[in-house]
Order: sequence, then structure tokens, then C-alpha cells
Amino acid sequence: MKGILGKKLGMMQIFDKEGNIIPVTVIQAGPSKILQKKTEETDGYRSIQIAFGEKKHTTKPLLGHLKKSGLKKAPLWITEIRNAEGDVGEILDVSLFSEGDKIKITGWTKGRGFTGGMKRWGWHGGSKTHGSMFHRRMGSVGQAAYPGEIWKGKTMPGHYGNERVTVKNLKIIKIDKEKNLLFVKGAVPGSKGGKLIIKKVD
Amino acid sequence: MDIIRQLEQEQMKKELPDFRVGDTLKVHLLIKEGKKEKTQVFQGICIGFTGAGLNRSFTVRKISNGIGVEKIFPLHSPNISKIEIVKRGKVRRSKLYYLRERKGKSFRVKEKRQFGKSS
Repeated sequence: MKGILGKKLGMMQIFDKEGNIIPVTVIQAGPSKILQKKTEETDGYRSIQIAFGEKKHTTKPLLGHLKKSGLKKAPLWITEIRNAEGDVGEILDVSLFSEGDKIKITGWTKGRGFTGGMKRWGWHGGSKTHGSMFHRRMGSVGQAAYPGEIWKGKTMPGHYGNERVTVKNLKIIKIDKEKNLLFVKGAVPGSKGGKLIIKKVD
Repeated sequence: MDIIRQLEQEQMKKELPDFRVGDTLKVHLLIKEGKKEKTQVFQGICIGFTGAGLNRSFTVRKISNGIGVEKIFPLHSPNISKIEIVKRGKVRRSKLYYLRERKGKSFRVKEKRQFGKSS
């Protein structure tokens, strides 16, 4: 499994060779340094820990952890990628991927706070006019004495968004190796500046 | 500058003819049929612009055999090889959607006369 950390920069359009317009998301992918390697003997599973970006302040305990890889400043994000190859201190960048590759991207969707059922679950709602006094409210949540309870999984208002979502089979349209940019067809979860984990589909 | 806008600028055409809403245009469009490539010309009145940056596009309307035809072109499309200005129009609004109700003689825009040095 090849993977890298990225930052969503925004969306734009690209003209392909035939002159068709392709909607793309621009992602700053890497460079990511490998901080730690986990093996089956020591940790019980195989993975690599990678870093992305830079933070203003670094705590001393973290500095100790970064020592082996040679990083001087605290990274913005750290994540683990399971079953990936690489050595501590190695730098991963967009050259992991090539144009036309299928990838999957994990991101965190935009948080919407406490949301009503119509927005959160797509309920149809009530009539706005004709004397109706039932607009966006919740209706009945169940039956009577039998079953005598509200069933699990009943869609209700609540917190919506800010959850981890993976989109599979996204296609890489273009790669900018100098600026470490990936141009991926279609949309990607999260807002601009959001954290993304990009993995190659095997 | 915003990186997205910077990337858009790389794809944008550097030299574009200075045409405006109301102008009569000849748009030369490249069409690929298999391996053959040919140019099609669409002549009509530019009735409006939409979008900004790389997304900017313009609408051209003409009346073809008594039927109104509109085509929307992306301004920076590589398939547009040339845009010719046939006539300059004198208009007072940015969208000439009122032309959609016009046919025949009334489907016209006043021509802009140019005097003196201005080219």
C-alpha cells in the first residue's frame, strides 16, 4: 500500500487534449518524511508513520520522537499508513503516483453542527402552505404498544458532518512534480486546507 | 497570489480579441472526427459573458433557417482557434436576453460608429 498525506487547496478546471473541460481538485501532496517504522515483531503490525507540513512551536517530547528522522520542527499532521514500505528518514512525494492512476482519498467532511432531519437525512418535510402547521419537524418515530420502543437506527436530528469519509477510485489527471501537486478528477471531502490521506488503489 | 488562480492563469490564453457584448462574431471552432480535423465557423451576436478567470464563457446567438440557435463557448478553450469581430455593437446592458424574443428585422443591435483616431 502506497500512501501520502496531503492538503486540499481547492477546485478548478482543466482542458484535456480534446478540449473537454475536466473538474479537478488540486491537492498539495507531500513531501512527507517517514518518522517511524512499525514491524510485526515490535508492534504487532506493519506500518509507517509519516509527517506533513510544519508547525510554529515544537514540544520537547515530540522533538525526541522526530530525532531519528532528522526533522527539526513539529509537523502539522502525523498519520500512519498500514502495510506500507519505507525507511525512517525517507521522503515520500508525488512520484509515488503516476498520471492515470486510481487512488482513494480519505478526508474529514465539513462540520455542520446540530442539524435538523431534513438536511441530515433528506426527509421530505411537511407542506409549507395550505394551513399546514407541520414544516420541518420530526414526525412519528414509531408505533404503539408493539414494539413499544423506538427502533435502532431511526433517523433523527443531531450532529452532522465532520466525519471521516473515504472516496474510492478517483483518477489522477495531472501531476506537478516541482510544486508537489496532484490534480484529481472530481470532488474530495472536506474544506480548503483540510487534511487528506491519499492511497493508491492496488 | 492564490495558488488556484495562479494555476488557472497557466492555462489561460494570453491574447484574446477585445470583443464585447453586442458584437457580431465569427467563432472558429476545431472539430475532431476520428483523425480528421476541421474548422467550423459559427457567426452570431455575443449576448453575454458568464464566469470569471479560466471558467469565463460567452454565449453567441444566431438565427439559422428561422430557428434561434445559441452556443456557449468557454473563452479559453483550446478548440477555439480564432474569434473574429465582424461588427461592433452599441448596447446598454450586459446581457442581451431580450434578443431571444426577437426574430427577423428586430433581431439586430445598433452598430457602434467609430470616429477619429480610436481604432
